[in-house]
Amino acid sequence: MARLVVLGGGVSGHTAATFAAKWLGSSHEVVVVTPNSKWNWIPSNIWVGVGEMSKEDVTFELAPVYAKAGITYKQAKAVSLNPEGDLTNDSPFVTIEYTQEGRAGEVENITYDYIINATGPKLNFGATPGLGNGSELGEYTVSVCTAEHAVHASQKLQKCIEKMRNGERQKFLVGTGHGMCTCQGAAFEYIFNIEHELNKAGVRHMADIKWISNESFLGDFGIGGMHMKSMGFAVSSKIFAESLFTERGVDWIIGAHVSKVEEGVVHYELLDGTIGTENFDFSMLIPPFAGVGLKSYAKDGSDITDVIFAPNGFMKVDAKYDAGAYENWRASDWPSTYQNPTYTNMFACGIAFAPPHAISKPMSSPSGTPINPTPPRTGMPSGIMGKAVAHSICDLILKGEDAPLQHASMADMGAACVASAGKGIFTGTAAAMTIYPVVPDFEKYPGTGRDVDYTFGEIGLAGHWIKHILHHLFLYKAKLKPGWTLIPE
Amino acid sequence: MALEDEKHIKPYSQNFTTMTPGSFQKKLRTCVIYQFIRFIVINIKMIIVVGKSH
Repeated sequence: MARLVVLGGGVSGHTAATFAAKWLGSSHEVVVVTPNSKWNWIPSNIWVGVGEMSKEDVTFELAPVYAKAGITYKQAKAVSLNPEGDLTNDSPFVTIEYTQEGRAGEVENITYDYIINATGPKLNFGATPGLGNGSELGEYTVSVCTAEHAVHASQKLQKCIEKMRNGERQKFLVGTGHGMCTCQGAAFEYIFNIEHELNKAGVRHMADIKWISNESFLGDFGIGGMHMKSMGFAVSSKIFAESLFTERGVDWIIGAHVSKVEEGVVHYELLDGTIGTENFDFSMLIPPFAGVGLKSYAKDGSDITDVIFAPNGFMKVDAKYDAGAYENWRASDWPSTYQNPTYTNMFACGIAFAPPHAISKPMSSPSGTPINPTPPRTGMPSGIMGKAVAHSICDLILKGEDAPLQHASMADMGAACVASAGKGIFTGTAAAMTIYPVVPDFEKYPGTGRDVDYTFGEIGLAGHWIKHILHHLFLYKAKLKPGWTLIPE
Repeated sequence: MALEDEKHIKPYSQNFTTMTPGSFQKKLRTCVIYQFIRFIVINIKMIIVVGKSH
């Protein structure tokens, strides 16, 4: 009997664990270690953040789902990995610390045959003074990164709407809270959902809304932008995004590293070296991401964290980490099996794997401050790589150690993305997009880096319907209801 | 194009050089019949990309 331990129960970890449990059956054990008691469909947190959904609408209890799937569930956080075991035990093990009520702080070692690191990110609010402390959100801004954060954001938004109803003008500032952030898409959705809600509340004329982000151009989204076929042209996402911002009356600051947040004011540095400040009454700034801080030890107890993890805390996999300057970057730099090169029974997927480099071109201010988006690894690609990794491990267990691994490179896969711009069954809109591939391949597609026949985008009510259907579809799938395997990632 | 559609554009400001949709284009965005057709078209396009990625 083999044991697979999955660290993390987000999109990637949950996908990997549930498919592995299905494919391995009861002859082998799948263990999930996640500090949360609930699963969260994060893309819908945007709607919680504007009061259009409740926390309960986007979460569900994990324990009954894992019990049904035959998965051993431990509500705990992983602390360290011993891939060679220790002096008293030759089996590799992971040390976990329980977060479950009644067992909080209790430590346990779990031995494993295979392990998947799908811990997701540490929300590194502490990287920007005033934005927060460590992974804790600060007092001046709000966040929609977790369902709890989104509920808090919604409460703050309602207070602003009340003030506007009473004749007090309000300034909204939404975007990224550091020069090295990713997830611009979530901030993009939130700013337009706020604008939509203010219109519905009849107070839009009392609001000034501004975007601030680390993108060098609007529509970069951490993927270097994209070109979409429209009216016979290959149109840049820059045009697409600027058009929407203009139409909805939203100003923007781009190429910005937020260097400090104080009560009602953000300090920033721009790519051209300009130093500035922006006042706000309400601000949602996405924090930068980092690895969750897992340590790793060799058999003799020596620290080998830097062997397994990159300096940013994400796990090294089969990527080319020495590609160097932007001019040397290739699509083939990106990992495809997500296997750790040192310990072949370790895999990482979703946000937890260390990307070889950014996708957007790296840039910095004259003072040397790096200001460029880091690569997104969420949503559909995250689910696909989780499933591929689970498939590989199941093959290794069931067919033997010579079984070939599955491949799921972000440079070979596309993604469908739906970005909400306002909720409403007849009044809502969303930008529905597909890109192929996620990581541009300039050797295969010189110029735009992507196949424009499969890269498109348009905004409208149809996109909102799709987003709403996907909300229910993915919650249905994650709850392992009948036919769940038929729903693609 | 109606003046209303141009209200956010200011000469030589950051949004002076971009495209701006007219009122007909904006109406299409929430026109249920048109959007039902687009719903089918977008779903087909997405299914093709999802199929290529698995």
